[in-house]
Amino acid sequence: MSETVSHPAPDGMEILLKGIAAAPGIAVGVAYLYSKEVPVVEKKDIDASDVEAEIERLRIAVLRSEKELQKIHAFAEQKLGAGNAKIFEAQIMILNDLVLMEAVEKRILREKKNAEYVVYDEIGKYRRRMLESSDEYMIERAHDVEDVMNRIIRNLRDQKLFSRLEGESIIVSETLTPADIVMFSRNQVLGYATDRGGISSHAALLSRSLKIPAVVGLRNVTQHLVSGDMIAIDGYSGSVAIRPSAETIHRFEQTGSRFRAFEEQLVGLADLPAETLDHRNIELSSNIEFQDEVQFARVQGSAGIGLFRTEGQLIGRGEYPDEEEQYELYKHVAEGVYPENVIFRTFDVGGDKMMPGSIKEDNPFLGWRGIRLMLDTPEIFLSHLRALLRASTMKNIRIMFPMVATLEEIRRAQELVKQAKADLRSRGIRFDPRIKIGVMIEVPSAALLAEEIAAEVDFLSIGTNDLIQYVMAVDRDNSYVAPLFQQFNPAILRLVKSVIDAGHKKHVWVGMCGEMAADPLATLLLVGLGIDELSVVPSMLPEIKKIIRSVRASEARRIAKKALSFTSATEVNEYLVSVMKKRLPEIPLQV
Amino acid sequence: MIEQEVTITNRSGLHTRPAATLVKVASRFKSEFFIVKDGFVINGKSIIGVMTLAAEQGSTLVLRFEGEDEQEASSAILDLFQRGFDE
Repeated sequence: MSETVSHPAPDGMEILLKGIAAAPGIAVGVAYLYSKEVPVVEKKDIDASDVEAEIERLRIAVLRSEKELQKIHAFAEQKLGAGNAKIFEAQIMILNDLVLMEAVEKRILREKKNAEYVVYDEIGKYRRRMLESSDEYMIERAHDVEDVMNRIIRNLRDQKLFSRLEGESIIVSETLTPADIVMFSRNQVLGYATDRGGISSHAALLSRSLKIPAVVGLRNVTQHLVSGDMIAIDGYSGSVAIRPSAETIHRFEQTGSRFRAFEEQLVGLADLPAETLDHRNIELSSNIEFQDEVQFARVQGSAGIGLFRTEGQLIGRGEYPDEEEQYELYKHVAEGVYPENVIFRTFDVGGDKMMPGSIKEDNPFLGWRGIRLMLDTPEIFLSHLRALLRASTMKNIRIMFPMVATLEEIRRAQELVKQAKADLRSRGIRFDPRIKIGVMIEVPSAALLAEEIAAEVDFLSIGTNDLIQYVMAVDRDNSYVAPLFQQFNPAILRLVKSVIDAGHKKHVWVGMCGEMAADPLATLLLVGLGIDELSVVPSMLPEIKKIIRSVRASEARRIAKKALSFTSATEVNEYLVSVMKKRLPEIPLQV
Repeated sequence: MIEQEVTITNRSGLHTRPAATLVKVASRFKSEFFIVKDGFVINGKSIIGVMTLAAEQGSTLVLRFEGEDEQEASSAILDLFQRGFDE
């Protein structure tokens, strides 16, 4: 929930805002207002004698823009792989479009107008046409075109001060897409503050894994400042201060050092097992999306990867990578994780996640996403499965299907796995014939059918983000109803318990890979409910491990039993806070 | 002037990569090259123009070539479409 603590203040006065803590850390720095709106461009007449100089000015701005983009492209390629860097390639191609640039130059010559205006008007035509499309891919391309246009205009104005390439800044924006985060990670970004978005949005997940502090759901932070203002953000509690006083900065920094002191206590935990005092082992693994993150997860002491989001490879592109490109990625990840295991979740596109050539849906979260989409596009799914199977020769890959709602979906998906195996076999290509297949439990129907599902698969993993949103009927990214996104609602606790019990009845292990798995407040409860595996954002591994190692399995069971006796999320929350304060006062809680 | 109708066969349509190939090949020729789709005409040597077409698999385009090497240009471009841009 967010609220404006103080009323709009005159310039120069401190303003405190409260949003949702999306990625931990403290950042104090200069704000860069990242606006996706088209800049105000004035239409000006120029003298006939200045036309040549104006065209020269345009050429220099285009050259500079290209240089900037080349740098960004090189960085993205190195950090995120060639596939993810393609978005910038497209932008460079637009800058090199001779027909377009010739048209702009001709208009400057003929109409005797300033270059900013002609660029805005000429490129804007294409952008508008693309925006009229109902195709998600076209709309994304329209953003590319807009980005190119704004970049040229900024370079024409010689504005470099707050350009994306220079200086350390805190990005302030209405919303941020995963592609924005990827793009900004090129720079020394200190933090993010956004008007909209929730803790589970893709962008928030990404900034957590990149260890960049973020506060989202601030409603109107963009209206309270301009680029260049100072801003302080507290990604632990969700507080933000615009033009902060010395006192506020001091307070924020104290919070930060308290948390960092705790983080230091966690050093050394990486090599210890994640087990209770009486040696009940919990498989403590990581959720990641990029190959880069494997190393960090290892250093943090991760027992393998409990969730690899394969759709990371789709960021910023309009088509699925081909089988070969997928195979290369999966093989590298499997090698990096070996001898531990990695669970690849098959493409989970649709909903809030980017998706090639998508259609417009009234209710995307209730629409064509996850396994539904894959089963309807079997060619794409088969090449995806073949890529995964081919990468499985070291026998440390597991496959997991997202958004499953029915048993039939699982059977059809298993059938396609069989088909992919047969195909590889006939071509003499090696793979792990006994590859383990699991299902994400995130749709209420699947949670209720967990026992029947468990009878047909090798493991279950509870995806709490979607499960909570579907059970509570609340959009997790809508800050108006976000308080109803209650992971400790008794309905959720009972459902989680019943899924774990159902899995155990059929002798399959049950894990959790949603955000709840990484919440220190939930750890004792989940251990007590009998969870076998917790897959969390790598930065949270030591903290969660410390909690697991502090308790006996029997004590955890007692705590879980007590938690299950309450009738509201508030009571459960209060109880768990009191338990943690008593047992582990040094663990910072985000409440 | 040569005019020819083509149907897009590759799965992803005229997305960025095939669009780039198309523009690259077209730019090798002196002839003017226009693409007509649903009454909308764009310059086939302009990547931003081709991107705007939103031409997905199965859609039909009219290719128009005009210039001294229009014969060579049209056969090179047609070949690209027939090979599905090698996708």
